Amino acid sequence: MATKSNSEIIRDGLWTNNPALVQVLGLCPLLAVTSTVVNAIGLGLATLLVLMGSNLAVSLIRNFVSESVRLPAFVMIIASFVTCAELLMQAFTYELYQILGIFIPLIVTNCAILGRADAFASKNPPLPALLDGFMMGLGFLFVLIALGGIRELVGQGTLFVDMDLLLGPMASGWAIRPLESYPDVLFMVLPPGAFIGLGLLIALKNGIDNQIKARRAAVQPVEAGSKRVRVTGNVS
Amino acid sequence: MALAQQSSPHARRARSTSNVMLWVMLASLPGLLAQVVFFGWGNLINVIWCMALAVGAEAAMLRLRKRPIKFFLRDNTAAVTGLLLGLSLPPLVPFWVSAIAVLAAIVLAKQLYGGLGSNPFNPAMVGYALVLISFPVAMTTNWAEPGLLWENAPGLWDTLNIIASGQQSAVDAFTMATPLDHYKHNISSRTATEVLQHPTFGDGVAKGWEWVNAGFLAGGLLLLWMRLITWHIPVSFLAGLAIMSLAFGSNADLYAPLSMHLLAGGTMLGAFFIATDPVSAATSHQGKLIYGAGIGVLIYLIRTWGDYPDAVAFAVLLMNFAVPFIDYYTPPRTYGHHKPRRGLPGKNQG
Repeated sequence: MATKSNSEIIRDGLWTNNPALVQVLGLCPLLAVTSTVVNAIGLGLATLLVLMGSNLAVSLIRNFVSESVRLPAFVMIIASFVTCAELLMQAFTYELYQILGIFIPLIVTNCAILGRADAFASKNPPLPALLDGFMMGLGFLFVLIALGGIRELVGQGTLFVDMDLLLGPMASGWAIRPLESYPDVLFMVLPPGAFIGLGLLIALKNGIDNQIKARRAAVQPVEAGSKRVRVTGNVS
Repeated sequence: MALAQQSSPHARRARSTSNVMLWVMLASLPGLLAQVVFFGWGNLINVIWCMALAVGAEAAMLRLRKRPIKFFLRDNTAAVTGLLLGLSLPPLVPFWVSAIAVLAAIVLAKQLYGGLGSNPFNPAMVGYALVLISFPVAMTTNWAEPGLLWENAPGLWDTLNIIASGQQSAVDAFTMATPLDHYKHNISSRTATEVLQHPTFGDGVAKGWEWVNAGFLAGGLLLLWMRLITWHIPVSFLAGLAIMSLAFGSNADLYAPLSMHLLAGGTMLGAFFIATDPVSAATSHQGKLIYGAGIGVLIYLIRTWGDYPDAVAFAVLLMNFAVPFIDYYTPPRTYGHHKPRRGLPGKNQG
């Protein structure tokens, strides 16, 4: 496998191969907990931590674990890191830990993490693997925040509510409420809103990609005087 | 268009979509008339508002999708979607709730799936279900009280003001829940005769509602007589509902009686106008029977043991999910061929 340059790894994780928008992996937590921004950040940070740890560890043992038992080994590694993340959240952000509930232990089953371990970390040296884990986790975190922001804003008419659960008392005044008498749109708070929101985000990403592609194609210079294939006459 | 529309050899002339949809609109007039008589101007205002918005949204989406606008607007399907929403939404629902329903129906459920003929779900019911889940207060308490309306009806201007004010539940004086809702919430602590004392039930089944349903039944029979719809879906729909009600709900002290299931909710509108949508319903006659019966059974299940008092929208959407499955197992036999075999491998396979 050809090694990827660092800038390629960064671009892959954040945009071209984004785990949520392109690979569409890890949907269970993505759809379940993105009802507010703070939930999304909490889960995104935990996933980022686990992804970096597991990518590094898998890359370190890649030459000592045989092909046939690699998946159980990966799962054990991921489970250990998830347990670490869970205990950390219990220690520092206990209320957020209670809100996220089962979805913190469920990070073990997030296919994005096992996918990165198998597809990238087990074939690359530790440093690129660590960078890949960081960038993939960051890409996932950004999508979580965007979806959480959309759903919180449309669903409850607020933004950044309860941020103090994660960032401590300094963030307690961050809550924004653009419209005073906003009716709750329960639909966006419930799971179907997450599906529709994610669908629109993916559509937006593909739309931007198409725009870029079209713009690149349009820039192709045509020299004056050159002839079209099988067409007589000159391009003016 | 390069493709001329050809009719089947036995039909005298081709019926355009536009023509069919026009007749559907005409056939809904008796029901709309009954709604205006018993529930005030609200429904008429809703119908006009929803139809105008639906056509506007359709035109905007066609423009964004770079499709011919005039050609697709002329088929009248967007107007019918708006009409169905206007007929099924509560009369005094705030204007922005109906607007969200229409936009969800046309933009999300119809155009994003590829426009007319490509939508797997009934657009009007997607919009209805979305606002029903999102705004339970506005959607269940805004049915006008027919008994009070007779004496002290808000006029056209007052109704417009109520709808335009945008309050979710502004006028407790003459709004209330639907009879089905009322029956369901009170039957647990009272007997049937006590519950039926309430003015909303009137002398018959449910004041006003019986005439609205009769109006939609008459319009549906017109559609049947004109062969714009076949009998399979309405008959199996009503039969499924009736059989469930007779089998499980014969005790009126515990469950709403059959007459109320048939005449007090959106049953007739659903059976003749909504479930028969040719795009999202099953295709073959056998498939239509299964599809309609499924909707009828689901309506009874949701109304009786679910959280929502009326369930046409959810039942139709759930059966829309099942349509590809139904169509797969019920292909009609082509003339001159054996019936295609589907399902588990049988003796004729391999």
